Amino acid sequence: MSTIAVNASSAIGSAAAADTGVPVRIAVRNLEFYYGDFRSLKSISLDFYDRQVTALIGPSGCGKSTLLRTFNRIYSLYPEQRAEGQILLDGQNVLSPSIDVNELRARVGMVFQKPTPFPMSIYDNIAFGIRLYEKPPKSELDGRVEEALRKAALWDEVKDKLRQSGMGLSGGQQQRLCIARTIAQHPEVILLDEPTSALDPISTGKIEELIEQLRSEFTIVIVTHNMQQAARISQFTAFMYLGELVEFGPTTKMFMNPSKKQTQDYITGRFG
Amino acid sequence: MDTAVYNHAGAATPPSWGRVRRSRYFADRALKIISTLFTVLGAFVLGWILLMLLVEGIGGLSPAVFTETTPGPGTEGGGIANAIVGSLILTLLGILVATPIGVLAGTYLAEYGKTSKLAAVIRFVNDILLAAPSILIGLFVYMLMVEPMGGYSGWAGGIALAIIAVPVIVRSTEDMLRLVPGSLREAGAALGAPMSTVIVKISWKAARAGMVTGVILATARIAGETAPLLFTALNNNFWFSPNLMGGVSNLPVTIYQFALAPYQNWRELAWAGALIITLSILALSIVARLLLKKDQVR
Repeated sequence: MSTIAVNASSAIGSAAAADTGVPVRIAVRNLEFYYGDFRSLKSISLDFYDRQVTALIGPSGCGKSTLLRTFNRIYSLYPEQRAEGQILLDGQNVLSPSIDVNELRARVGMVFQKPTPFPMSIYDNIAFGIRLYEKPPKSELDGRVEEALRKAALWDEVKDKLRQSGMGLSGGQQQRLCIARTIAQHPEVILLDEPTSALDPISTGKIEELIEQLRSEFTIVIVTHNMQQAARISQFTAFMYLGELVEFGPTTKMFMNPSKKQTQDYITGRFG
Repeated sequence: MDTAVYNHAGAATPPSWGRVRRSRYFADRALKIISTLFTVLGAFVLGWILLMLLVEGIGGLSPAVFTETTPGPGTEGGGIANAIVGSLILTLLGILVATPIGVLAGTYLAEYGKTSKLAAVIRFVNDILLAAPSILIGLFVYMLMVEPMGGYSGWAGGIALAIIAVPVIVRSTEDMLRLVPGSLREAGAALGAPMSTVIVKISWKAARAGMVTGVILATARIAGETAPLLFTALNNNFWFSPNLMGGVSNLPVTIYQFALAPYQNWRELAWAGALIITLSILALSIVARLLLKKDQVR
């Protein structure tokens, strides 16, 4: 089933595959998305490569966040939203009704624009996701919490106040807490929806460094409004406009030598 | 308007500052004075009631008030101990029945029924119930419980109070849960938490201070209710019977009956009872406020 779908893929989305030889982790095929009657994604086909950072860029309302929100089916919280087509995660269509969404979301983690610490201690924030699917003994849980906080570059700042509320941290710390909470579940894919747009430049720098490190373990998809950020941290970039995928390719090529004029115009700031 | 013209013309004459400001300044002052006046008026009435209660009630307070039962007609002295304890039992019974119903119904409205028709209907009915005359609820429970059970009882009184408290708790629970940002629920769902876990572990936790406050305010509300008890728990001069059957003495009805009585000691006890009940409600409201405040600081 997956091979057929891959063969049927459009030229834009998989153009880079031949160049890189990196295995594909998520293959999007002919994805359509509707908010009620409004069609906000138009036949998107696109590949996301294993343990690479792919940036989704484009002007507001182009559908990049919508696309991101289909990968873990978080849109299905809202009955008026629906997706059609295929999103193949390791060859399995995650849009299929037989997929357990909660299991899917444990495999595909997500971090939001605004930091969303839960109203509980820093420790419990991290343990929340682990406890959903596992019942590890206390010592192992402690280890998992520390591991996640270390990977999120937050451990040194919070190790003495794990029992304090996560709401008391600064915005940048809260966002790293949310990243730690996500990676504590050992997901395969991490979705980041403008994770730094509510943060100051220093916190943004820390998150970007963190993304760079996490790439060795996770497949990362990031939506960003900041083109410099896309250029700095991603290996692949997809440019979207009005619900369509305009161009996709290695980030260096997209920024140095885009093949579409629309991409060129957006990247150089002529519109958007 | 004027300023726009000046700006547009490139300002050979600088805009004058006085024109618009004077009338606005006047309107501003007038609104401030009027609203202050009415606030003072409202506070004055409340202060008057409290002052009168204090003056008259403290005169009636004595150790006997808390230790002796309500006196019969023509007897000297006496207290309202049985009424205080009876009120505590009825209020507790009412709030224990109302809290789970109110909290769960409010949760349904805020979390599951955001867009459903059923929720809209429930919300509407709840608002009607919130404004229903409490004497009607007393009569309703009389038909529902007192008649079939063959007599007045504390159970009927507790249920009548619960019916008053439920819509208050439903409303406050829904309002408080709606204040929890949707992004928090999405974040919970994004970790693979089923909706029930998101509600119990995240939404309730985030809204808990407000929800507890709602329950406390509902308690304060039913603690002073008289009408629903007239046809249900009634009132008498004795301690409650352990099975809560027969009438259960309580403060509001005692105050109502004693205040109208031709006996001096009854009227003094009514004042003392009114003071006690008001101070208790005041204390509950203060606790509720502190809880909310503490949560906002954190």
